[in-house]
Amino acid sequence: MSEAEPGTTSEQQAGTTTATDPRGPSHAEADPSPALHQVHAAPHLASGEHAHPSEAQYIRIAIILAAVTAAEVTLYYLKLQRTASNSLLLVFAAVKGAMVALYFMHLKFDNRILRRLFLSGFILAVFVYLAYLTTLGVFLK
Amino acid sequence: MTDVAVPVAHGDHALITNTGVSNEKLAMWCFLGSECLLFGALISTYILYRGRSVTGPNPKQIYDIPYTSISSFVLLMSSLTMVLALASIQRGDYRRLRLWLLATALLGSSFIAGQVYEFTSFIRKGLTIKTNLFGSSFFVLTGFHGVHVTLGIVMLLSLWNLSMRGRLTQDRSEVVEIAGLYWHFVDLVWIVIFTVIYLIPSPTHPGVLHTLPG
Repeated sequence: MSEAEPGTTSEQQAGTTTATDPRGPSHAEADPSPALHQVHAAPHLASGEHAHPSEAQYIRIAIILAAVTAAEVTLYYLKLQRTASNSLLLVFAAVKGAMVALYFMHLKFDNRILRRLFLSGFILAVFVYLAYLTTLGVFLK
Repeated sequence: MTDVAVPVAHGDHALITNTGVSNEKLAMWCFLGSECLLFGALISTYILYRGRSVTGPNPKQIYDIPYTSISSFVLLMSSLTMVLALASIQRGDYRRLRLWLLATALLGSSFIAGQVYEFTSFIRKGLTIKTNLFGSSFFVLTGFHGVHVTLGIVMLLSLWNLSMRGRLTQDRSEVVEIAGLYWHFVDLVWIVIFTVIYLIPSPTHPGVLHTLPG
């Protein structure tokens, strides 16, 4: 059973160079959570890929996900106006889903082809089932 | 715990495809894209049947939101332990890899145990898969999700076993990444289920029959 190489630090293994945004300044400004975006450029990556987040960044993302879940449950008990409450709940779910897909599943950092592949299935599902539910009158009052 | 980004180790096989992505990873993403359609069908069916049951019990009578919230939190945190397992193997720390894999499997098992308890409690309250439209669509949807989580636990324990035998090394970290993709997807589906099925209330009053158009 092999263990980590003795004397090798995670910094050495990571082989990081700079902490710049490889997509340019426009993306860095557009990112609502700059703390989550401190991704280091790393060598030997396949084309179109960037280094994955660090463990500390994963923990920060998990804390945000837990906080959003707590907000969802609080919203459920607040008994706000129905349309507003449902819309907010859907927004919270979308934020959580996007964070899991982008950061935990690395869609933000991996090759673009993977993002397109997954989004094709996801968007197809959304349109097909929205059409299906609309046809059957689910959204009619 | 470090604040240093982890480089992506794919091994040589990832670089010989013309997409720059290994075939295994590409196949997993294709599979996950198709799973969107499967779970989309199940969630849509639940939405379609919601509030159309002639007899009770209805969701408001039997849902235990605090309990399900804790289950959801447990599954959400299992996604964190999964990425920590991946980060561990990518820097060659096999002891932590095994620890995080076991932690993820344990959290997943807790979620499944919670689901079994929830199903049992619903059945005791008179809701079975045959009781009404709500029961049928609810048990099929959450049951399918539970089966996916169970398969994920089997994958995690297999990886743990491989690592114990020294057959899961740093250059094969993509195996853990692919299993992780599946695990995170299952978590992602639960995020939708928790909001749409549990938190968004039924649009009609219990016991009121609404016929389908046409």
